[in-house]
Amino acid sequence: MATLELRGITKRFPGVLANDSVDLKVSSGEILGLLGENGAGKTTLMNILYGLYSADEGEILIDDVPQSFAGPGDAIAAGIGMVHQHFMLVPVFTVTENVVLGVEPVGPGGVINIKEAKREVREISQRYGLEVDPDAIIEDIPVGIQQRVEIIKVLFRNAEFLIFDEPTAVLTPQEIEEFFGILNGLREAGKAIIFITHKLKEVIEVSDDIAVLRRGAMVGGADPATTTEADLANLMVGRPVELVVAKEDSEPGAQVLTVSDLVVLDDRDQVAVNSISFDVKAGEIVGVAGVQGNGQTELVEALTGLRGVAAGTVTIGGKDVTHATPRQIHESSVAHVPEDRQRSGLVMSFSITENMVLDGYYHEPYSSGIKMDWDSARSKAEELVEQYDVRTPGTEVAANTLSGGNQQKVIVAREFGRDVQLVVASQPTRGIDVGSIEYIHERIVEERDQGAALLIVSTELDEVMALSDRILVMFDGKVVAEYRGGAVTAEEIGLAMAGAAT
Amino acid sequence: MTAAATTPDAVIVRTPAEIKRSRYLGITYLFLAVVVLWFFARWSVDLGNFTFKLARPTDPSAPDLTLSAGRVTLIVGVILAAMGGVQLARGFGKMNNLVLAIGLFLFIFAFLGWATAQSSIGAFSMVGMMKTTIVRSVPITLGALAGVMSERVAVINIAIEGQLLGGAFVAVVVASPLTGGEDPTLILGSPIGGWIGVGAAVFAGMLLAWVLAVLSIRYVVDQIIVGVVITIFVTGMTSFLALRWLADNPELNKGPIFKSIGIPLLSDIPFLGPVLFDHNIFVFGSFILVAFLTFLLFRTRWGLRARAVGEHPKAADTLGVNVYRTRYLNVIIGGAVAGFGGAFFTLGSVGRFDENMTNGRGFIGLAAMIFGRWHPVGAMAAGLVFGFADAMSQTLGILQTGIPSEFLGMVPFIATILVVAGLVGKARPPAADGQPYIKQ
Amino acid sequence: MTEPQLPPETPAEDNESAEPESRWTAFMNDLTGVNVDWRSALLVPVLAIIAALAVSVVIIVVSDIELWREFSLSALGDAIGQAGSAMWALFTGSFGSLAAVSSTLAFSAPLILAGLSVAIGFKAGLFNIGAEGQMLMGGMAAVALGITIDIPVFLNVPLAVIGAMIGGGIWGGIAGLLRARTGAHEVITTIMLNSIAGLAVIWMLSTDFFQPEGRQDPVSEDIAVSARLPRLLGFLDRNDLRVHFGIVVALLAAYAIYWVLFKSTIGFEFRAVGFNPDAAHYAGMKVTWLYVSVMGLAGGLAGIAGMTQINGLLYRASPGFAAGIGFDAISLALLGRSHPAGVVAAGFLFGALRAGGLDMQVATDVPIDLIGVIQALVVVFIAAPALIRAIFRVKTGEEIGQLTTGWGT
Repeated sequence: MATLELRGITKRFPGVLANDSVDLKVSSGEILGLLGENGAGKTTLMNILYGLYSADEGEILIDDVPQSFAGPGDAIAAGIGMVHQHFMLVPVFTVTENVVLGVEPVGPGGVINIKEAKREVREISQRYGLEVDPDAIIEDIPVGIQQRVEIIKVLFRNAEFLIFDEPTAVLTPQEIEEFFGILNGLREAGKAIIFITHKLKEVIEVSDDIAVLRRGAMVGGADPATTTEADLANLMVGRPVELVVAKEDSEPGAQVLTVSDLVVLDDRDQVAVNSISFDVKAGEIVGVAGVQGNGQTELVEALTGLRGVAAGTVTIGGKDVTHATPRQIHESSVAHVPEDRQRSGLVMSFSITENMVLDGYYHEPYSSGIKMDWDSARSKAEELVEQYDVRTPGTEVAANTLSGGNQQKVIVAREFGRDVQLVVASQPTRGIDVGSIEYIHERIVEERDQGAALLIVSTELDEVMALSDRILVMFDGKVVAEYRGGAVTAEEIGLAMAGAAT
Repeated sequence: MTAAATTPDAVIVRTPAEIKRSRYLGITYLFLAVVVLWFFARWSVDLGNFTFKLARPTDPSAPDLTLSAGRVTLIVGVILAAMGGVQLARGFGKMNNLVLAIGLFLFIFAFLGWATAQSSIGAFSMVGMMKTTIVRSVPITLGALAGVMSERVAVINIAIEGQLLGGAFVAVVVASPLTGGEDPTLILGSPIGGWIGVGAAVFAGMLLAWVLAVLSIRYVVDQIIVGVVITIFVTGMTSFLALRWLADNPELNKGPIFKSIGIPLLSDIPFLGPVLFDHNIFVFGSFILVAFLTFLLFRTRWGLRARAVGEHPKAADTLGVNVYRTRYLNVIIGGAVAGFGGAFFTLGSVGRFDENMTNGRGFIGLAAMIFGRWHPVGAMAAGLVFGFADAMSQTLGILQTGIPSEFLGMVPFIATILVVAGLVGKARPPAADGQPYIKQ
Repeated sequence: MTEPQLPPETPAEDNESAEPESRWTAFMNDLTGVNVDWRSALLVPVLAIIAALAVSVVIIVVSDIELWREFSLSALGDAIGQAGSAMWALFTGSFGSLAAVSSTLAFSAPLILAGLSVAIGFKAGLFNIGAEGQMLMGGMAAVALGITIDIPVFLNVPLAVIGAMIGGGIWGGIAGLLRARTGAHEVITTIMLNSIAGLAVIWMLSTDFFQPEGRQDPVSEDIAVSARLPRLLGFLDRNDLRVHFGIVVALLAAYAIYWVLFKSTIGFEFRAVGFNPDAAHYAGMKVTWLYVSVMGLAGGLAGIAGMTQINGLLYRASPGFAAGIGFDAISLALLGRSHPAGVVAAGFLFGALRAGGLDMQVATDVPIDLIGVIQALVVVFIAAPALIRAIFRVKTGEEIGQLTTGWGT
């Protein structure tokens, strides 16, 4: 019976108290749910436990013996295993190579005994019911299977304490059920498990005990048998959270976006969007649900002119924009909130002013076409910062000094801060705090009520369900199901997301 | 609007990129066909035969290859035209690169045939050109290997040029004073002083690589800039020291030249023997290094960890692999290889150092690494292609084709541009290439 | 010791003042596009130069061959003496007299122009190592015009500038086009284009068009007198005052580039694509066209640099007339932090090194190639301020970080 305990862990980053004297304890055969919203300090805490960071104060004990970890190697040796939120797998390596990396069975001359390695991988995968092909290349297998490889990796190192950091974020509801089965199996095999999540339902369903982290501090625990989602939400955010977005029924008007038989290729020239057709009407929010990587990214890029269209047509407001450039789309009064704000939505080292005019810099009032008018750009930026509640010391600070939520608000302000007939928003609230999420959701509904057509693409099923008047489900490049908002359950959508509707 | 579920699946037979590339290639073949038919074939009709000599007087005997220039150029032109047509119409699919290689081979064959036939000699030594190809490929291959070792752990090494130049200088400056005077015994083609010179060059390469490693790994300086600055530094330093030391002391710039060693039995094979098995230690050394580094990178624990560091350093780190140590080690091993390659310029070739004598070979080596898809064997294959371009421009100079020698000299550089422009398709570099790894 | 010449527009160290602070910082950040602490931004270059000169003194001493033959204190003294007089010659040769200053300014002109060429590349995320080749092509265009056209000087000089800009611009544009259309990395293509340009110049100088009758060596005819850049101190009627109109062209170009980068829409596009090409694409900018136009502009600037070599100094072309200035320009742009004002300051410093280096070689037998070493060392110290911190025990700004992109495009 092994126990793992954290005592008084404190970690400071410049300007931030990431962990504030945190205590935690988990024993063999137990699943501890660690709940907290984005930025609450969960990942920092686990990185300390895994030896990636060192704590400023506090200690880690295993069976009451204090440990000191200089690096992950020490943590692994002490029996700690971690399945990271972003998988730590080398995409071009095989399953076996990934599993044995760092603890390779070798023969003379340092030559890897690949046969022996494969045998061991196969043995573990059989013992715990984690079916994988040891010779498969990681980038060729689905995310759910990649997660199994991560688990096998941890078990291969004889871990007794397993940490799962947001393991369900990338899985379909069905894969999540399967994953919970695996968790229970591991618990029965006597492993101690820490399950980190911000999803209330899941933590209640699978945990034996729940600990809640808020702004770096442990704010309490709960018994999964008696607690409710509302209680946990209150604890996690520090105030009651509106779990639903308040909105009237939609009154759809004319068709704004019409997509017919659209075919789009991905970067490897494979069909990613497989001849799909749909429309979005004025005053309507259409949500696109689906597991990441089923063609949503390519769909959005094609609609906004960032990616070529292989076949089919796209019209916006009656105008054919199938082969339009991003600039032409922008000029058709389309707002685009991109999937990855840091990769494409912002120039991180530009000031807020510069980012506010990033796509409108070339016309009046910001420039004459040749010369920039920085004064008018600055006053517009100041106005938008005020109007969209961007928390910043000023408009001349670089975007990379803002928090994720405020960065996202800058994009929303820029895109919504002019007359738009169509909004295409991809992952509009990914990785930001609850307050900002609520705020952006309100703005989206407001745009709808002002008569814009909105296409919201999100892998967060809850978000799609809360916002949408109509829900499209994408699977394998196709729209496999369509539902009216409010008239469908998560289970139904989940089945469609997994391809069961085809 | 049809319902989503009933739309047929889109079928993409050839992707836009494929079609575009097919078009470029097809036009290239047609262009080459026109060149061959219009220039070579038309003029070759009256020229009679050309002869490629497959042996030199001292070599094991081999028959000469004598063909009719008119006929060869005509046939090649027609084949190229046909290839262009097929390429434009439907492409060769997976065979594209093979067909491209065949096409280029045929074109070069016809070109050389024409050039030989029109020259006053009417014959040239094919075995000599192939041997030169191998020799000229050595520094490029070794430079490319240095790049492979470094970039496999995600450190861009653009200092190869500087490492080669530094190695060349140090080798001759160390070896010259040690070997002046009496006639010593040779070990594998060189007196012991020559070997010490090679050792010093290897050390110099490692030292320069260490500087690259410290600045780019520890101080997180932009790797391309560090590489360029190291090259500028070495260029300035070697020129400075050459003027300060060597100009007035010619005895310091007279190194031993490593002699060729014929491998028993193998070097007696006609044609292949002299081409492949009768060289000095630098040539054999590059063969051995290619094999050894391939084994190291793809069969051993050390290689698996190195590649993991280059592809996904964070994953490697979380599994207890020391990212920094792995990077230092690989970059420095690469520097050793480049230092060895540098010694070739002096001790393996002319025996003396001249300012900036590497003349861009290190940068071509970098292109060879990309062309060779970050694999040691690929690096050698690419090195041979560049070596051939070098050897051919030299041969054409001898044959006096009327093409200005400056244009012939451009061939390797133009080939490099074509290679990095993706003439043969794109390869994927190690995923983390060029990105510093910063541990929180 | 030589001190860097700071241009008047370079700010003093007073960003601490209370109220105007945010406006001042904002202005400077706006000006440069980077967030830096301005005190340390100037501190590091100055200390880097001092450190590099100190290291070069050590190099001169250690490379004294007499010391290696037989070590003695007097030999060591001689070596140190030589190093000292070399440094003195470096100073007097660049600032010690009117002729020296004139020479410094004459060398600065092409350095500043080529430095701007590299700097504007960095601002747009491209590493232009091809300034040398672009100088050659621009210079040859100027020669071609200069030996065929003889019109009044106030027309002929602007014509030479435009011709050189086109010549160099095409050569730079090729690299931009290759990057935009095929993803071929500009670092490799520009290096190869340098070699190709070098050979092309030799070939051109063997053609009847360029080569004077009766000559066999690669050299061009002299350009028309009306195409020469006027000597600025010509009224003093002294042969050794070589400073010419090129320095005025260079300073005008620096101001123009400053305006383009920070006041114009296309400059905003350049900087956006430089920091984040994905975001630029998202914002509707034509990234491929920007790569071509940045490299074309960079090539044009280098082309003008080549023109100043021909029309201001040599009056005819011979192989290698770019004299490595295109490579110095890389270190120069880094020292000047890719900002036009910084490039001007660094250009004066490097011009001084070249002018002083000549005197040093003549007076003390220390080869002029040393200045290449000094420049490389300066950049190393600039790029890794941690080294400066360690040597001088001062607080400095951060590392310059990533300016270029790797092969994965």
